[in-house]
Amino acid sequence: MRQRFQDLDWIGLALWVFRAVIIVLIIWGTVATLIENPYSARQWTDIIIFGIAQGSMYALIAIGYTLVYGVLFMINFAHGEFFMSGIVTATVLVTTPMAATGFLNRQPILSLLIIGLVAVIVSVGVSLLTERIAYRPLRKAPRLVPLITAIGASFFWQYAFRGLFGSQVIPFPVPDQIRGTVSLLGTEVLKTHILVIITTIIMLVGLQLFIMRSRTGKSIRAVAEDKDSAALMGIDVDRAVSITFATGAAMAGIAGLLYAMVFTQVHFFMGFFPGLKAFTAAVLGGIGSIPGAAIGGLLIGLFESIGPILFLEGVGVPAPHQLKDVIAFTMLVLVLIFRPQGILGERLAEKKA
Amino acid sequence: MSNNNRFDVSLPIKYGLIAGVVALFVSVIGMVALFAERDLIAGVLTLGQVILFLAPAALSYQAASKAPTGKNGTALLYGAITGFVAALPLISLIYVYTLIDLRQFFPNVSPSLMEILTFGQGPGLGSLILLVVSTVLGLVSAGLYLLPDKYRRPIMSGLVGTLVVGMFSEILTERLRFFFGARFVAIVITSKALRPLTALFIFVVVTAIAYWWIQRGEQARERLTQRTTARDPRMRWIGIGLLIIFFLILPLLLGTYLSEVVNNVLIFALMGFGLNIVVGFAGLLDLGYVAFFAIGAYTMAILTSEGALGVGGLSFWLAVPICVLAGVIGGLILGVPVLRMRGDYLAIVTLGFGEIIRILALSDLLKPYIGGAQGVLQIPKPTIVGLDLIKPDQFYYVVLIGVLIAAFVSWRLSGARLGRQWMAMREDEDVAEAMGIKLVNSKLLAFAIGASFAALSGAIFASKLTSIFPHSFNLLISINVLCLIIVGGMGSLPGVIVGALFLVGLPELLREFAEYRLLMYGVLLIVMMLVRPEGIWPSAVRRRELHVYEQDDSARRPAAEPLPKAETREPGMEGPPHL
Repeated sequence: MRQRFQDLDWIGLALWVFRAVIIVLIIWGTVATLIENPYSARQWTDIIIFGIAQGSMYALIAIGYTLVYGVLFMINFAHGEFFMSGIVTATVLVTTPMAATGFLNRQPILSLLIIGLVAVIVSVGVSLLTERIAYRPLRKAPRLVPLITAIGASFFWQYAFRGLFGSQVIPFPVPDQIRGTVSLLGTEVLKTHILVIITTIIMLVGLQLFIMRSRTGKSIRAVAEDKDSAALMGIDVDRAVSITFATGAAMAGIAGLLYAMVFTQVHFFMGFFPGLKAFTAAVLGGIGSIPGAAIGGLLIGLFESIGPILFLEGVGVPAPHQLKDVIAFTMLVLVLIFRPQGILGERLAEKKA
Repeated sequence: MSNNNRFDVSLPIKYGLIAGVVALFVSVIGMVALFAERDLIAGVLTLGQVILFLAPAALSYQAASKAPTGKNGTALLYGAITGFVAALPLISLIYVYTLIDLRQFFPNVSPSLMEILTFGQGPGLGSLILLVVSTVLGLVSAGLYLLPDKYRRPIMSGLVGTLVVGMFSEILTERLRFFFGARFVAIVITSKALRPLTALFIFVVVTAIAYWWIQRGEQARERLTQRTTARDPRMRWIGIGLLIIFFLILPLLLGTYLSEVVNNVLIFALMGFGLNIVVGFAGLLDLGYVAFFAIGAYTMAILTSEGALGVGGLSFWLAVPICVLAGVIGGLILGVPVLRMRGDYLAIVTLGFGEIIRILALSDLLKPYIGGAQGVLQIPKPTIVGLDLIKPDQFYYVVLIGVLIAAFVSWRLSGARLGRQWMAMREDEDVAEAMGIKLVNSKLLAFAIGASFAALSGAIFASKLTSIFPHSFNLLISINVLCLIIVGGMGSLPGVIVGALFLVGLPELLREFAEYRLLMYGVLLIVMMLVRPEGIWPSAVRRRELHVYEQDDSARRPAAEPLPKAETREPGMEGPPHL
């Protein structure tokens, strides 16, 4: 691969120029912002904690990409829809009636557990259905065929849920008990942000234990290593793949609940961009690696919330918040160009991508 | 045919449940109620009913085909059971609806849906009717399966033909009135739907033609292929000449509204030709194709606009080459960073590029130059010798020229050295490079040429709309174009036109489809990949590739590569390692 383009060094040169321009922009912007420093320490902490909370959600979603890529070497484009489906269903069918009857505020913990459970069940159901219909028959097909069905599945689920629950933005009622802020290390932090971060840590640790210690986790890793040998060892490959999808979707379902609590609304299109960013996170951390997904998610979340202010405002971009998605996508492009194996990944990209 | 020779009731029940869930799904998401507004046969059949009963009918047919060979009674029973079971989920929906107000959860479960499901007879009697209709339908489709092939295929063609004519009867009304007068129209069509007798007439005619075609078509087709394989150059030129004349007089036949539809189809076909080069020929999956469309449109807008943002004030014809050039430059700039990527990574990065361009167009950063969310206004239409091409049937010729150029270039390229290089690259980059193909050059050329078509398309689009906004350049355009070349057949030039007609033309004509357009695109992508990955009108090369293992499947495959038991494979899907 490296020799491949050796005769055309100008491409390497062009990429270096590209990289240098970005780095100069970032440094220039950062320095300019820091010299001017229009924000107070309180605002910076808010921004950073919001970034961590958002990054936690990306990390949870990224797990699904990483697991599926690790096992099937395919980008599950529809994963963002698994994230959306659970929480949209749970909001309409469970949360709204609970809020109407007042149950939500009487039993906030129990309510959130029920909502989370419904979201996870729906997300897992959607993922299993997608895997069974759109991916499994094509497992031996040329690589781009399942990618195309994944794109199809993504649009199918988006518009199916739009048809089911309507195209409007649906408010997500948050229990009174988790509204407001608490003081932590001298600053006021939103309770929801703390809840998000703690839940994510618990989920990630649990997942790591499940994959590394349990029998099922072992079978998933065996299938990821080599499907045919795993089958010969008596592992049901289809079942392992289904469990992989279900695990990723369960994480996405929880992430959906966290998203709804932070942004207090859900929508049929809400899965698309978080999905793409979580994919970026998975690639950034090293696709196929669970700690990588966590780190990548955190970094993307932080960059996205700090980036516009830190890099862009200093350069003199008006209304830099409009460009926060550009930062995420630029990161994706940069990572895929310059370090496709990611931070923690092995050199997967060359072998299999 | 199943090897299982005994009656197995679980099979039709399973099929029936699947059909029932699908029918329930299309009802709850609102397709049935919305499509019911389009009558196919006045007072008899609406499109909503067709959508509702499509799955039960199809799965009854399937269930019948799974019955033991030679046992017609069992097949009929299977069909009937499937139909019966398929009605049960719908009936539960009807009863749940009488108990609680489902509308607070599912906004599309409306009284009008209930009206359709119960045939307007109330829950009790309505459920019974639904049950009977569904069972009879299952029986009929099982019966259809049992008919000998030579009757079955004509009847199916007749059914499909009648439905299609019924679907378009509203548009037909307008055209028929234009050609034959209002009296004739009133006889065959009433309030936008076919009269039952007309429908019967169409069904009989189409069936008869299909019957004749199946009986006699073999010989006719043979003669035709002999003609074309003989490569009689005169025949070919006559064919092309006829086609050109047809395209030239098309707007006269179609009228204003349909010309507008055709213009949209052609604009997408033009993009399709470009993406076909990138994806179909060179095998580089580009999901950010809309970026080049946007570049072309904005270049045209800024160069020609008479509004505040206009620079230069060029005429359309002077601006077009600049737009194409801008597209080529854009293609090269976005092409260089992704040269080393393959497959799905390439897809995601290009998608990222497309989104970056759209967000930049929306942002305040570029607002002083390209207008931000307010877009660019007052883009003039093209003029030829003092004649403004304002009406769609005049503007048609501008689009047509673009499409013809793109089609011609694609056609010549596909056989040229460059085209063959692309196809070699698509098959295997390493092998292609070993054969002396310069990957960098051919990849960049693919991106640049593909981008130039998209930019041309964008330029025409901007001039057609006379004002452009960033919201017109979202990811859905890329997906739309990708769908149309996949449905038409990747790498196939007629496939692009067929795909554009299906995926752009149909939704334009059937406005109520718009809401469910992307839902159906999604289903279509999955179904195409599962059933017919080479597309409706595949190129010969690709068809061979995708079915490369089929001929010697039995001879080589199983012995050489024993499969794990649990793996399911789709016949014909074992192609080369990448698309």
